[in-house]
Amino acid sequence: MKVEAKILLGLGLFFGLMCAVYWNWSLENAGGVMMFAAMLLGFLPGGYYWWWSRRMKARPEDNPQATQTQGAGVVGAFPGSSIFPFVMGMGAFFVVLALVFGIWLLVPGLGLVLWALLGGTAEGRRGGTH
Amino acid sequence: MTDVLDPPVHAEHHGHEEHHGPTGILNWLTSTDHKVIGLSYTVTSVIMMVIGGLFAEIIRGQLATPNGNLVSLAQYNELFTMHGSVMIYLFAGPFAFGALANIMVPIQIGAPDMAFPRLNALSYWLYLTGSITMLSGFFTAGGAANFGWVGYAPLSNSLNTPGAGADLWIGGLLLTGFSAIFTGVNLVATIFYLRAPGMTMFRMPIFTWNMLVTAILILLAFPVLTAGLVMLYADRHFGTHIFSVAGGGVPVLWQHIFWFWGHPEVYILALPFFGMVTEVIAVFSRKPVFGYKGMIFATLTIAALSLGVWAHHMFTTGVVLLPFFSIMSLLIAVPTGIKMFNWIGTMWRGQVWFSTSMLMALGFLFTFLIGGLTGIYLASPPLDFFTHDTYFVVAHFHSVVMALVLGAMAGLYYWGPKITGYLLNERIGKAQFWFLFIGTQVFTFPLYVLGLQGMPRRMAVYPNDPQWKNLNDISTLGAVLIGVSTILFVINVIVSWKKYPAGDNPWDAQTLEWFTTSPPPHHNFYRLPQIRSERPTWDHNHPDYRSLHHGEHEGVHEVKGAHE
Repeated sequence: MKVEAKILLGLGLFFGLMCAVYWNWSLENAGGVMMFAAMLLGFLPGGYYWWWSRRMKARPEDNPQATQTQGAGVVGAFPGSSIFPFVMGMGAFFVVLALVFGIWLLVPGLGLVLWALLGGTAEGRRGGTH
Repeated sequence: MTDVLDPPVHAEHHGHEEHHGPTGILNWLTSTDHKVIGLSYTVTSVIMMVIGGLFAEIIRGQLATPNGNLVSLAQYNELFTMHGSVMIYLFAGPFAFGALANIMVPIQIGAPDMAFPRLNALSYWLYLTGSITMLSGFFTAGGAANFGWVGYAPLSNSLNTPGAGADLWIGGLLLTGFSAIFTGVNLVATIFYLRAPGMTMFRMPIFTWNMLVTAILILLAFPVLTAGLVMLYADRHFGTHIFSVAGGGVPVLWQHIFWFWGHPEVYILALPFFGMVTEVIAVFSRKPVFGYKGMIFATLTIAALSLGVWAHHMFTTGVVLLPFFSIMSLLIAVPTGIKMFNWIGTMWRGQVWFSTSMLMALGFLFTFLIGGLTGIYLASPPLDFFTHDTYFVVAHFHSVVMALVLGAMAGLYYWGPKITGYLLNERIGKAQFWFLFIGTQVFTFPLYVLGLQGMPRRMAVYPNDPQWKNLNDISTLGAVLIGVSTILFVINVIVSWKKYPAGDNPWDAQTLEWFTTSPPPHHNFYRLPQIRSERPTWDHNHPDYRSLHHGEHEGVHEVKGAHE
């Protein structure tokens, strides 16, 4: 996990330096703010990973000598199939069309989004269909 | 030095070899398998490439004569806007990170799927509906968006561009933007958390590395575009004046926001294809990647610098810090040069196999070199002032994006057999390569000259100068050759349909995806080799040449544990 943390922290540091140079030199705010935000996007997750990497044992994927047997067991939860991403996508589609063709399209749009949220959550608790 | 097959076979091990889910169209609608989703992305994005290509052919048909009347002036505006939009937003990006990365990254790192399969499926549906939304502008009364693919304010406000087409363009981009962000989250989480034991960060294939960096760039850049689109929509419909001078706003702010996304987007498009080409060149030169860590360092450097160069698209606005953006833009040539050096180093003294995929990769190198070198000219403000908004700029970025098309074809011919289980016809493939490669050069070279002679871009008609007409005719001929290459590709897919079984590893390739079956089973692997270098499949298949350290021991293990 240390390498992952270093990549993000390194990018955050670079964006921070670039932000300082650019903002002081140009006095232009839009770019300065955007580079500052980019710095945060490096430092926040990078700091989190660094904090964890110092408190956890090396994972099998971080160990160059790891054998496949060390990775045995349940890897994660992988749903076989689910209709709810499609339902959510259609809901988002109608919401965007509402911005163009009329506010009434928000009714089916938000309805589908709500259905997908509730259905997806319930399905997630069951572990998904196979 | 023998491979020790030491598989602890588990009788209870089941679940990921056979997948008893829905079939047919219901499978397409409900699948969360990254390979099915990736294939959906592949088909959709290739259809988008064909649609964008058709727009290009009409544009070149219009420009074949100085006062062409193939389309009206208004239709021409719609065509060049939607050609750029379809190719950038709906083909190149989604093909790279939605199609090939979606399919290949989990397999390359030994993962059973993407980290968030349902989010992955949602990404595809947002991409498909976003594409339909953007293209549906053609069926509205006022026509599709017509303000250029960059949507500059104040041209894109409701006064200058009224109508539903522009709003559908904004809406389509919002949907595809969220799709890209979700894919970026998924790729980072997959690469950070689902690597197989022994697959350390510095053993990942270069393609996976490039996709990691691309995903981080997506997360940095796309939210900025999304925010900008919301502001643009608010200006158009809610009476705000964020980008309008009349209400105290700043039009050039749109350019800052757009290009803060737009220039990293160039690398979001390019880095995946750099990765594909790296894999192809190593495999077809029968060598490991030359300067593996140098490649990774170069990728990270390009990504870092790409966020500090956005305003080189805005030199002529007169309100940007020219030296800063010029220096940063010129610096990108250094890591890109390292990559070029390493690609040549990988081929150097290798046993080069000129397969279709390798030819496409070599075509990429040549074409990208031209696009890259002309990019260095444009990073210099005096030269940019001279060529801004001329066909020189059009030629430059078409050299770059046509290089990416060559890279995409290299990737399709290389990984197609892994995805489908069948090879494509090499003879037709090589014919396709020559049409595509020669067509690209015939198409772009006259445009460089036209640009230097001052021909402005986005013009449907031009002065009746014989030299300009000849150069435009040559360029149109190049576009026709590229069109023929696309037809040959479609013919190849039809002719080769389930005809040439590929086997698991037809190229004697190096990385983990070639260890599993073609196509891979549900959850990707029945067994995994020990991973002791960045080319575990090669190490396993060539024990006498493997890059293991002394005393290390390789074995093959069944994948254990139910992935559920």
